[in-house]
Amino acid sequence: MARAAVPGRLSWRVATVKETRDETATARTLLLDVPGWPGHLPGQHVAVKLTAEDGYSAQRDYSIASPPEGGRVELPVVELTVQRLDDGEVSSYLAGIAEPGDQFEVRGPIGGWFAWRADDPRPLLLLAGGSGVVPLMSMIRTHAQAGSQVPVRLIYSARTPADVIYATELAERASSSLLPHPEGLPIGNRQEKRARSVSPLTVTYLYTRAPLSMADDPPRSYTGRLNAKILAATSFPPQANPAIFACGPSGFVETASDLLVAAGHLPGMIKTERFGPT
Amino acid sequence: MNVVTRGFRGRGRDGGVKLPPGQYLEHGFPVLQAGPTPPVNTATWTFTVTTETGMSTRWDWRQFTALPAEDVTVDIHCVTQWSKLGTRWRGVSVDTLLDGIATNAAYVMARSYGGYTTNMPLADLRDGKAWIAYEYDGRPLPPEHGGPARLLVPHLYFWKSAKWVTGLDLMPHDRHGFWEQLGYHDYGDPWREQRYQGD
Repeated sequence: MARAAVPGRLSWRVATVKETRDETATARTLLLDVPGWPGHLPGQHVAVKLTAEDGYSAQRDYSIASPPEGGRVELPVVELTVQRLDDGEVSSYLAGIAEPGDQFEVRGPIGGWFAWRADDPRPLLLLAGGSGVVPLMSMIRTHAQAGSQVPVRLIYSARTPADVIYATELAERASSSLLPHPEGLPIGNRQEKRARSVSPLTVTYLYTRAPLSMADDPPRSYTGRLNAKILAATSFPPQANPAIFACGPSGFVETASDLLVAAGHLPGMIKTERFGPT
Repeated sequence: MNVVTRGFRGRGRDGGVKLPPGQYLEHGFPVLQAGPTPPVNTATWTFTVTTETGMSTRWDWRQFTALPAEDVTVDIHCVTQWSKLGTRWRGVSVDTLLDGIATNAAYVMARSYGGYTTNMPLADLRDGKAWIAYEYDGRPLPPEHGGPARLLVPHLYFWKSAKWVTGLDLMPHDRHGFWEQLGYHDYGDPWREQRYQGD
């Protein structure tokens, strides 16, 4: 098929690992230099292709964690956070073996549906299961970077507090007065305005495998799985007409979207992204 | 241009199974969809074929499941890089549905409950290449996998196999469906790795 010069054609680009950062015992963030990166919307993903010396290659999709303007213009940076899976041949490399200076290929950005635009005037409701928080973090960072004042609520289901990715950054972003960032936070944060006194972000944690006494502190955290009562207590009502994004394992997303529809949210307002088998 | 990645050896080579480029072997059955699973009741379910002249042929659930059905075992390939081999389905061949319907259409838009659409050449649904499937692995097709009935076009990437399908619109000219408007490929042949527009 002759398809010369189709606009938006996705080509493979060389990515160089610039920096890695362990987020949890099993999740690692990689900052990638990707010369020629065309930019992305928060929520989009990339395909990563690894090639072995014998030519064998494997590719998988990973959500982008960084905001669109996460890096300097002359040296674009794409940040991925990868959860290591026991049998994951690509994730075990990215979250275990890759070091600064290593190279592989990426192409993207992919997907324009599960994407938030910073000029969206609606409240933003985010539901994360495990590493499903990654594309939602890109939205939270973009929201801050753009100075958006729409309220954002993140409901984040993790096994235990130790499994929470971005715990420090989320706590800091949700706190009422933003302090200057310590070393180690994403590059883009330096440009953010800091005059804000009340954070538009609230975060609720659901710990599915934590002992009750440790984690039950409504409405900041609950033990157990998402249910109608917790959703009602921590999310926006349908009348607020929020933009809704749910990302995580299939079971979590199925439950979350069913509860949202039952609570009166319109199915068309709920955007979902899932991973893992049923 | 392939950059060799230091320290990457890769797992198995999928045990000698020949997969389309860039795919890996999956033993579970992942779910990919853009929004909530729509509730679809077989008491009100209908399936409609509409030609380019506006002629419609419609079946309800009872009529549809009374049509001659076929058992098929096929490999499926998702654009998110997983392939699943030897999946077992039961459903009605699209040939059976198009039998007796006069059309000169070259393309088709599959339409689903919940508003999903996907386009492809009509020829890709003919000659034993596509079904409206309502059983998976010997059981009624579960809602999260597209039940009560989904299109099954196994030779194209699996987003073309529209879940919760409710109709086929036959078209003289091609138009983009849901993912196709968002940059996914018009045709989607896994063996030519046609994931995105321009591939």
